[in-house]
Amino acid sequence: MFRYYLKLGVLSIRANPALSALMVAAIGIGIGACMTITTIHHVMSGNPIPHKSEELYFVQIDSWSPDEPYDEPNEPPEQSTYIDATGLYALGKDEFPHVISYKSGRVLEPKTEGELPFQVSSRATTHAFFRMFDVPFLHGAPWDAAADDALERVTVLSRPLAERVFGSDDPVGRSVVLNGETYRVVGVLADWDPLPKFYDLNNNPYEEPEQLYLPFTVAIAGEHGSWGNTNCWKPFDGGYEAFLGSECVWIQTWVELPTAADKARYEDMLEAYVEEQKALGRFPRPMNNRLSDVEEWMQIEEVVDEDVSVLLGLAVLFLVVCLLNTIGLLLAKVMRRGKDISLRRALGASKQSLFAQYITEAGLIGMAGGLLGILLTWLGLRGVENLFTGMDFVQRLVVMDWSMVALAVLLAVASALAAALYPTWRAANVTPASQLRIQ
Amino acid sequence: MEFGPIWRSLKRNKAGYILIATQIAVTMAIMINSVAIMQQRAQDMGRPSGMDEANIFTFSSTAFVPETDMQSLIEEDLDAVRRLPGVVDVNATNSFPLRQGGSASGFALEPGAGKDSISAAYYFVDEHGLAAFGANLVDGANFAPNEVIWAAEDSDEWPGTAIVSQAFAKALFPEETGSYVGKTMFFDESRPVQIVGVVERLQAPWKGWEDVENAMFVPLKRDAEYQRYVVRTEPGMRDTLMPQVEEMLSQSNKNRIIEDVRTMEDVRTLAYLGDSAMIKMLTFIVTLLLVITGLGIVGLASFNVSRRTRQIGIRRALGATKTQVVRYFQVENFLVSGLGIAAGAVLAVALNLVLVNSFSLRPLAWYVVPVAMLVMWSVGQLAVIGPARRASRVSPAIATRSG
Repeated sequence: MFRYYLKLGVLSIRANPALSALMVAAIGIGIGACMTITTIHHVMSGNPIPHKSEELYFVQIDSWSPDEPYDEPNEPPEQSTYIDATGLYALGKDEFPHVISYKSGRVLEPKTEGELPFQVSSRATTHAFFRMFDVPFLHGAPWDAAADDALERVTVLSRPLAERVFGSDDPVGRSVVLNGETYRVVGVLADWDPLPKFYDLNNNPYEEPEQLYLPFTVAIAGEHGSWGNTNCWKPFDGGYEAFLGSECVWIQTWVELPTAADKARYEDMLEAYVEEQKALGRFPRPMNNRLSDVEEWMQIEEVVDEDVSVLLGLAVLFLVVCLLNTIGLLLAKVMRRGKDISLRRALGASKQSLFAQYITEAGLIGMAGGLLGILLTWLGLRGVENLFTGMDFVQRLVVMDWSMVALAVLLAVASALAAALYPTWRAANVTPASQLRIQ
Repeated sequence: MEFGPIWRSLKRNKAGYILIATQIAVTMAIMINSVAIMQQRAQDMGRPSGMDEANIFTFSSTAFVPETDMQSLIEEDLDAVRRLPGVVDVNATNSFPLRQGGSASGFALEPGAGKDSISAAYYFVDEHGLAAFGANLVDGANFAPNEVIWAAEDSDEWPGTAIVSQAFAKALFPEETGSYVGKTMFFDESRPVQIVGVVERLQAPWKGWEDVENAMFVPLKRDAEYQRYVVRTEPGMRDTLMPQVEEMLSQSNKNRIIEDVRTMEDVRTLAYLGDSAMIKMLTFIVTLLLVITGLGIVGLASFNVSRRTRQIGIRRALGATKTQVVRYFQVENFLVSGLGIAAGAVLAVALNLVLVNSFSLRPLAWYVVPVAMLVMWSVGQLAVIGPARRASRVSPAIATRSG
């Protein structure tokens, strides 16, 4: 029977090619618009470290000014002062592994004759960074705690940088010159591209990870300036030493707390730390400590671009318009065929079989619309990419994965069925022979 | 034209008309809010930066050899560039408008901790800064050469004078009706800074900042490894000089690298890329939407015409003119659209309230809704004209045939 309905459906679609094309186009365009934005939204709000995101916590303590909060209504600073980042790091050393880090930059001088020096982005961080954030290695391994303590000039390179400088050779054990200083390469990362770049959201959350990594202690000793935000509320004297002792916030602090019990104990430790600092005359604001896991932190930092949220809302409404359009047209079509339907009913066709027949026809239109929608989504993403020529990170957001293709198909079928339900119901309810008399 | 019969006939076939009216309503809501967003973006993009953008290019210089004498490096650079024919002036600074990165601080009217302050971005320049930026001094005077100080990268030295943007001066001294020159503000709780000049306009480096019009020039040069150069040329000379300057400076001192060589126009394009993309995407969405809704009206009207062929024939046989038949479909569409448009206006305003409350959208301009209503009515009338004409061509003889 299904094949017969399919045949009827195809015939009916062929009988009204312009109208059928309009319905397919409406569903296709609606789904294309919706899925283009949904895909971008999906990439922007993705969980970059799903298996561990609930064990990693971003640490905030309120070292800000007594006169006003860092941010309304009473938000603590997004980053830490040098005093607090290193203070917490030392305090948790045995029990709570911390990562304290910031983004910076260096100029790399290739040793090959004739090659020009170039700028690279660098991350000054503590050794646990790689283990805590599950960073994969192609060659070598992270440096260890002893290297942090001894201010060893060691570095881990990203794969693209390693290939640029050393070609396809394993560079572990060789050295690079950064701003006139020699660093020993201890490792090369395999491809690693967390999206969003959750461990540092204060620059662009969609930019690529840094090109190289070096010990936090070495960066501080070498006075590497931060490439991120530095926010201060209290005046301080000139010089780097004074800056390190200042109330300026500029370092990201993360801690790994696998269980709820760990979290509770860490919270106590944080409170004790803040109390201690209060006794020393710092932390003029009321106690306001925050621990946010990866997904909470991305929410707080609003990593999904506001424009994308607005566009997503508009695109959903757009799909609604397209569906209303399709419902209206299907309905009109059914109403016009009232005579056929009542004749078939009069000849013994059941409501169910009419329902099946028309839903099959609508399903065909929905499938065609869905396929068109996937094609248009792909085109839409290329269009967005094109509009943002010059902003390289956008290329990373316009990637359609299989889950999005599946969602597009699902949305197409659901849309077609939703659109077909009412007209089909109306068709099935045409009374037999009611329209057979001459008008 | 009698509305009564048309209205009664509409009521007999409610579902189809409700669908098309709803479609029109949602289309209106999307269209009006998209237009509101586009207007706001276009407005933001039209704000001048206060620089002579057409004739300026910028680049960065990063020194990487330890112990480089930054002071003489910078002086030599400035000197060499300034000597090139076609260069109006050049300055080394920390940032410039539209760069999306830079520094700002709060400035208070009274000294002491915890005083209310107003934020402004600052640009470190020397006496050539005004000319290099092409800023328009409207009051007071430029910095004198001896006013400019050299400071180490992380020193806390801060000069006692500044040239501020008019908007910032107004924000600091809202009551002042005369000149702002000579007035004093306080930086870093206790350091007095005197306003010596006012420029018509100078934007902060961040286009999305709420205080974007608050900025100032500070007569200070820092011997930091990282410098931003701003070069202003004679009209028409920019594109010739840009590669020339890059080549010259890359060769003159190998202890640093020259990067990010860009015209101010490119800097602006990049800064507003998201906004211009948003405008294009919304234009595309609204156009498609109007086309789809229009085609939907055409489709529905065509069906109605073919369904009513016999009725139309009877009306024609009873003496109705072609114009009257056309008019019938136009009035019908006018009524259905009217319902949709009325609902759409309400829906649009509601959606706008949501967007204003949750996102940084400004409220609708008063004329957007009425204009959108006219547009929707026109689209409806335009869409119905074809089917209506076809209806008018139905022969009166149809009435005599049996359906």
